Amino acid sequence: MSLDKEYLTINLGPTHPATHGVFQNIIQVDGERIVSAEPTIGYIHRAFEKLAEHRPFYQITPITDRLNYCSSPINNIGWHLAVEKLLAVQTPKRVDYMRVIIMELARISDHIICNSILGVDTGAFSGFLYLFKQREFIYEIYEEICGTRLTTNIGRIGGFERDFNDIVFEKLEKFLLSFKEALEEFESLFNRNRIFMDRTIGVGKISSQMALDYGFTGPNLRATGVDYDVRVMSTYASYEDFEFDIPIGTTGDTYDRFMVRNAEMWQSLSIIRQALDKMPMGPYFADVPEFYLPPKQDVYHYMEALIYHFKVVMGEIPVPSGEIYSAVEAGNGELGFYLVSDGGRTPFRLHFRRPCFIYYQAYPKIIEGELLSDAIITLSSLNVIAGELDA
Amino acid sequence: MDFNNDLIASLKTEIPNGVLAVDSQTDIFTVTLERSHLIQVMAYLKTAVGFSFLTDLCGIHYPDLLSLGVVYHLHDLKNNRRIRLKTFVNQDNPVLDSVTAIFPAANWMERETYDFFGIQFENHPCLRRILNEDDMSYFPMRKEYPLEDASRTDKQDDMFGR
Amino acid sequence: MTNPNQEPKKVNMADAPEGIQGQGFFLTSLQKAVGLARKHSLWPLPFATSCCGIEFMATMASHYDFARFGSERPSFSPRQADLLMVMGTVAKKLGPVLRQVYEQMAEPKWVMAVGACASSGGIFDTYSVLQGIDKVIPVDVYVPGCPPRPEQIIDGLIQIQELASKESLNRRNSPEYQALLNQYGFQ
Repeated sequence: MSLDKEYLTINLGPTHPATHGVFQNIIQVDGERIVSAEPTIGYIHRAFEKLAEHRPFYQITPITDRLNYCSSPINNIGWHLAVEKLLAVQTPKRVDYMRVIIMELARISDHIICNSILGVDTGAFSGFLYLFKQREFIYEIYEEICGTRLTTNIGRIGGFERDFNDIVFEKLEKFLLSFKEALEEFESLFNRNRIFMDRTIGVGKISSQMALDYGFTGPNLRATGVDYDVRVMSTYASYEDFEFDIPIGTTGDTYDRFMVRNAEMWQSLSIIRQALDKMPMGPYFADVPEFYLPPKQDVYHYMEALIYHFKVVMGEIPVPSGEIYSAVEAGNGELGFYLVSDGGRTPFRLHFRRPCFIYYQAYPKIIEGELLSDAIITLSSLNVIAGELDA
Repeated sequence: MDFNNDLIASLKTEIPNGVLAVDSQTDIFTVTLERSHLIQVMAYLKTAVGFSFLTDLCGIHYPDLLSLGVVYHLHDLKNNRRIRLKTFVNQDNPVLDSVTAIFPAANWMERETYDFFGIQFENHPCLRRILNEDDMSYFPMRKEYPLEDASRTDKQDDMFGR
Repeated sequence: MTNPNQEPKKVNMADAPEGIQGQGFFLTSLQKAVGLARKHSLWPLPFATSCCGIEFMATMASHYDFARFGSERPSFSPRQADLLMVMGTVAKKLGPVLRQVYEQMAEPKWVMAVGACASSGGIFDTYSVLQGIDKVIPVDVYVPGCPPRPEQIIDGLIQIQELASKESLNRRNSPEYQALLNQYGFQ
């Protein structure tokens, strides 16, 4: 005798508190078990790539902010590194160290969001409140450097517009101490918590072969056991000067992803400490007068500075034609910039290799056969940011 | 550079007429392929040479040459090597083979390329628009279309400098 | 242990509306009383799409606590929410979804457009972005910024509170309001 059964179709709609962003999943369930899922994205498609073809190179930085908006400085600096690769510009060491500090702060702030929201999804709200207070300290550091909190538009092609002042260093020292305590408290709440472990161990497993097939990068790939980190494989911004470990997991389940992100936050703290200790003296920008706004005093007094200022702001600057691909290790994986320039003031083609877009396509495969509540936890731990998904 | 020369030599013996052009002056070794041999070259690169990770897949439109292209970036994780592959098709009838069977990661990336440029990928499991609305009638990333929506009524173009 | 001779601590309480007070009774208009209650218990529906949503999370967190203003329970179900806060870019694909969420809300309802993208399309003047949510739903308060600071979002909430406290009880049944809804295609 066979049972005639119908599957229920649930719409995990674009606006849903558990999906942290606007994307839709049409799920077919058999009771509580998921039979199949079909994702639909594009609900926040803002046409970045088309927009980038109409803007001069430094005006594209605010667009890159809005890709993975939880860690905008990494996107900004990644874009600047891509353009510097095209122009074959070498940045001074001080600029590299400053960039490393900012990028590691951004990585910490991205992992804070992912891990604390994973806690909220499992029902533990306190971790979110404790860690978000630390994010306010990171925002204060960003405000000292560039003026805004979230979408930072930090730095310039070739370096920074101003050096780190004393307040920045003081705030960084205070942050390193306070975040250490806060992260220890957060870990004591979650890492060996019986309920959290029962909820997350064995949930949303991904094998490393499947992860590599589907183009996973970043903490999701490292949780499956593959130690691929762009900072080491295609090193940039003097990362070779720093000593840090790459934490990897074993089974690729939600608990491993959570622990890998926690461990990466510790590693980022250690990198910031090393950068602060070894910070070299020197200029805070490279010598690219075609791209770098001259100091305002010179603009008011010297003709060449005025002409360069005008040309840079109007975007009439010579860019060599060519194509490059440059990648950085963003909070979610390898964020790549494929830039084709034909010598004009705007790029001919700019393509963002967005890690979220590429690994989210494996989501239906991952949750097949899992329970519905486990699928929500898996989605939360994959850290899919809608801005990066749709671009 | 010996590796690159050996690679081209072995490609030319394995799949003759597959390689149309080679560029070793760019930051990543770039190979332009003939579109009918695309699947063979991809399979060969993945299994025999070791480029098993598809990093990126994107489209590009050259209106002066009347062609649409697809650019693939592959990565050999064991030896830390990258390679860039390009194929071009005519913009009036853009049909290419899909590499989803070889690299499952290409699924959504090819859908995005179809959505933006209109390149039809044969043997793709589910080729439909991904980021834009399903009933959109044109392929927006092609150079002939403007950035703004043509049907908007509230903004005066002469005041916005267009 | 409290010192009995100490002055009692001053606690911030909502001001009573204008009215006549007597022994055991307080006489005021119903509209003022209802306005006071509504003003201090607006339950928001955070329709967070992008970067402004992260600033909203910071507003909800302990540093800029949003719950002090009565928005203790962010409701994700439209049927139980008073205030629709649209935070972030709304693409044309998401327009019908936003309309459906707005239709499902029960009267009285207010809408706050947080951020430049929700107010007018922001920096994204492209083919796929809705140039402001007031193309599909009526909006009460616009909060500019990209993203607005948490203080600005709270200022927007205070403006909605002013609107809620001063609104006449019959406004939702008035012909002007019906005309406004008809303009957007709602019955």
